[in-house]
Amino acid sequence: MSDTHRAIDAVWRIEQAKLIASLTRFTRDIGQAEELAQEALLTALEQWPKSGIPEKPGAWLMTAAKNRAIDKIRKAKLADSKHAEIGRSRDAEQEEALEALDAALDDTIGDDLLRLIFISCHPVLSTEARTALTLRLIGGLTTEEIARAFLQTETTIAQRIVRAKRTLAEKQVAYELPRGAELLARRDSVLMVLYLIFNEGYAATQGDDWMRPQLCEEALRLGRILAGLMPEESEVHGLVALMEIQASRLNARSGPDGEPILLLDQDRALWDQLLIRRGLAALARAEALDPELGRYGLQAAIVACHARAAKASDTDWGRIAALYDIMAAREASPVVELNRAVAHSMRSGPQAGLDLVDALVGEETLKNYHLLPSVRGDFLMKLGRHAEAEAEFRHAAALTQNARERSLLLRRADACRHS
Amino acid sequence: MRFMIIVKASKDSEAGVMPEESLLSAMADYHAELAKAGILLDANGLHPTAQGFRIKYEGGKRRVVDGPFSETKELIAGYTIIQVKSREEALEWARRFPNPHNEDGEIEIRQLFELEDFTPGEAIERFRAMEVGGARN
Repeated sequence: MSDTHRAIDAVWRIEQAKLIASLTRFTRDIGQAEELAQEALLTALEQWPKSGIPEKPGAWLMTAAKNRAIDKIRKAKLADSKHAEIGRSRDAEQEEALEALDAALDDTIGDDLLRLIFISCHPVLSTEARTALTLRLIGGLTTEEIARAFLQTETTIAQRIVRAKRTLAEKQVAYELPRGAELLARRDSVLMVLYLIFNEGYAATQGDDWMRPQLCEEALRLGRILAGLMPEESEVHGLVALMEIQASRLNARSGPDGEPILLLDQDRALWDQLLIRRGLAALARAEALDPELGRYGLQAAIVACHARAAKASDTDWGRIAALYDIMAAREASPVVELNRAVAHSMRSGPQAGLDLVDALVGEETLKNYHLLPSVRGDFLMKLGRHAEAEAEFRHAAALTQNARERSLLLRRADACRHS
Repeated sequence: MRFMIIVKASKDSEAGVMPEESLLSAMADYHAELAKAGILLDANGLHPTAQGFRIKYEGGKRRVVDGPFSETKELIAGYTIIQVKSREEALEWARRFPNPHNEDGEIEIRQLFELEDFTPGEAIERFRAMEVGGARN
């Protein structure tokens, strides 16, 4: 790839979401909008190597796309005069369309981008489709990059995107931003998609394609964009805070050989203080907007407790336990209960944790969840009940899918036997 | 990858002259664009070197030297840190940076080291070396 092509690539990454967002207002169809934007890109690829990159490349691309759109309207008009069955046949409609196009392209892009994000994360689409479409349209990732990030073939992702666009067109998904209760539900779908992208990247391990950890950065970037577009939404800031703080630990969570390092054992000097600072600021914004915090805000408040502690022993376990109490009261979830038990054990000792965890034994949804026996084993061991602890560790080792974790659990089981 | 856009000092910035309203607003617009694109990590302006100081290492000793410092064009007046996907993207954003001076001048763009730039062992060692005091112990 030549220097100019790489430069055009960079311009494209910066401009394409805005471009597609504005064009969608006019076309009302993201597939067509993307096509127009792509055609503008092709024109740039043809002309910029000769003419140099224009002073305002975004405006240039927008004009090129607009010209393409006008061409298409004219052609459609011409075809109309021959084939009456094609819609939008009247002159007035053509004029209207051209005016709408002008208005669309002159207006601020903020709302357009927000609409595009909401459409990409529309609940009529499967979660996979939402994720792929968001990364493609808002993130500007190529199909190949998305495929590598999600360990899928390029064809799978390409089909997913094509089908998603078709579904949106078929279901005639409204382009307007939803209001009231629907806005909340749709916002939650956007947040869910962003957090899913983030976690996909966070789950990447050493040796994985470099594109996978990039997903964390991408999700964070999209989150920050969303926070700028919905500055009054506490939960958006909550999610950004959660992602910033979690991302701050990316460098600390695995050892030289790729083995995972648990939060409390991490070298805190490796935590990224800039991201922590950004995360704490985002959390403060979330709290100012809604002191009760939503589910992402609460999780952010918990990870913030760790981020604020210079040493693991400085951790404010009382606050963490209290936050888990709130979370558990709001939505009954065995996984939250398990975390809550750990927090209480850190605050008040292993018996407190064991009491909470014993209530979970027999819980159907946790039947195959290795962390339940693993956590229970930990409490029992600390209480000196070694035989019971050993049994729990062996049970957990049998349940986990992760080889590294299994050997760690078996080592702990052996340690119980010998003490 | 992260890049730092470094704004060099000027006679005005060293004299503590605040930028004109028009420049401030251009800067605010530019940084708003960075924020809207989700890539702005940090940005700060620095007080003139008259309020700064240097530590000189001489032999085994350290000596404090108060500002101001004379080599104006080599001094730093502010910085912006962005997180982008490529050097080209950094270049494209930097190209849009408003001229921070009332005269000809320059800004300098440098990539920040990431942990991945080191081999794992080396990286940890470097971080350990950078740590001050015995917080770890």
